[in-house]
Amino acid sequence: MNGADLWNRMFSFEDYGALLQLVQNSIIAGAVLGIVGGLIGVFILQRDMAFAVHGISELSFAGAAGALLLGVNVVAGSLVGSLAAALIIGLLGSRARDRNSIIGVLMPAGLGLGILFLALYPGRSGNQFGLLTGQIIAVDSPQLGLLIGISLLVLLVLLLVWRPLTFDSLDADVAAARGVPSRWLSLGFMVLLGLIVAVSVQIIGALLVMALLVTPAAAALRVSASPVLVPVLSMLFGFVSAVGGILLAIGGSLPISPYITTISFLIYLGCRVLGARRNRVRS
Amino acid sequence: MSPSADGGAGILTIRGAALALGGRTLWSGLDLVLRGGEFLAVLGANGTGKTSLLRAILGQQRLDAGGIELDGRAVRRGDRRIGYVPQQKLIQPGTPMRGRDLIGLGVNGHRFGPPITTRGERGRIDELVAAVGAERYADEPVGNLSGGEQQRLRVGQALAGDPRLLLCDEPLISLDLQHQRGVSGLLDARRRDHGTPVVFVTHDVNPVLGMVDRILYLAAGGYRIGTPDEVLRSEVLTGLYGTPVEVIRSGGRIIVAGLPQHTDHHPEHDG
Repeated sequence: MNGADLWNRMFSFEDYGALLQLVQNSIIAGAVLGIVGGLIGVFILQRDMAFAVHGISELSFAGAAGALLLGVNVVAGSLVGSLAAALIIGLLGSRARDRNSIIGVLMPAGLGLGILFLALYPGRSGNQFGLLTGQIIAVDSPQLGLLIGISLLVLLVLLLVWRPLTFDSLDADVAAARGVPSRWLSLGFMVLLGLIVAVSVQIIGALLVMALLVTPAAAALRVSASPVLVPVLSMLFGFVSAVGGILLAIGGSLPISPYITTISFLIYLGCRVLGARRNRVRS
Repeated sequence: MSPSADGGAGILTIRGAALALGGRTLWSGLDLVLRGGEFLAVLGANGTGKTSLLRAILGQQRLDAGGIELDGRAVRRGDRRIGYVPQQKLIQPGTPMRGRDLIGLGVNGHRFGPPITTRGERGRIDELVAAVGAERYADEPVGNLSGGEQQRLRVGQALAGDPRLLLCDEPLISLDLQHQRGVSGLLDARRRDHGTPVVFVTHDVNPVLGMVDRILYLAAGGYRIGTPDEVLRSEVLTGLYGTPVEVIRSGGRIIVAGLPQHTDHHPEHDG
């Protein structure tokens, strides 16, 4: 393959207008997930849960693959898997060390189960790898509506529990002394995490969910410590990664996820450089 | 003792309290009445139930016997009339929070709903920032502040609810001398100006010796309560521990020597 061919496979803007209309709903779903993922990412990092996100996504993958095999709704399967993982981690892993070992056990179990289900599945292989690496274009409209609905629900609940969750994330003992229902809040957060991971698995794939749930917040924390600016930037970064990735990808013939992960990663790199420069100027 | 805010009766009353954890009795028959403005230091080796006592007062630890009352009513979990200053845990750099936000958590951090801080709440946060002398770094990222600065902010956070009682769990640990004075001075000022009694758990009484009214000294299964002069005596601690213990006073400091090895005492206190 020569350079021009490669370029055309990666980026092509022929018939762009028509394509854009076809994927309009996917773009909306990507935009909403980018924003909500950016927001919840701030808490994921404050609560040291990045590894948990990965563990939940593998079980979510297993659930989705199981649903594919049984011929039932894949989003529902994905939700069952990720909520089960989220609750197990939430109930058994209140201490960080317990949590990490539980996740370490769950992750290969989920991934292995998922691979087994896919191997047994007689359908097209495109669908199969979509669950691992993203398949948003393959998701039909009613399901996209469901994904958008779930994301908006997570956004709303997150805003309502914002302050107590911030308090609990920083200092659970003091928050409990002040009447914050720590235990319920932690479990509730795991449920929100399970919901948003299930959505992410559908959109960018189980292996890549971190690009929308962790990277944007990590980038934002590099350039700011403001309690307002960090979530706002993180949401912006998530939005730009998701929507930008889809817009760049739809003309070419390659999967969308690498575009999203690459944009997300480049934003992070840029923020690191900016953050390092800012610190040098200050000190 | 300072102005009495309790009209003569105790603010905190502990009656016949007993607690056993893992089959081992930490304390039993514990009676204590804390009056307005009183400064109580809780001393004892690790594992004697100092922190468990605080948790019991916070309503987070059920007693095996007896009861604890605040203003005549049984304590309950999440009672915002109690201000709580935790052990100094350094907040990591990269935490998206400024100094004033840490205090703000004491003002409205427990409240569900849209995360909007009202003008009134902002005013209250400003007052608290001033009350703990944190104006200079209130707008800095809290993760960039020193342990002492963070601990001052935590005192501000604990004062946010205008507490009836202050509980402090080793609040001076790993602070330098100057910040130890600053933080304990804030607690002292609060109990003098507002009559808020202070329960101060510590392994080393020396930084607060000048403000302590009474000491609760916990040792394996037993306890003593009294003024520092009554409790910190060789014969009293020898009786409490059941082995010879010597209390040495030197240059305004108190050193306790000869504590049983297994009690795992902090070297500062061990002498």
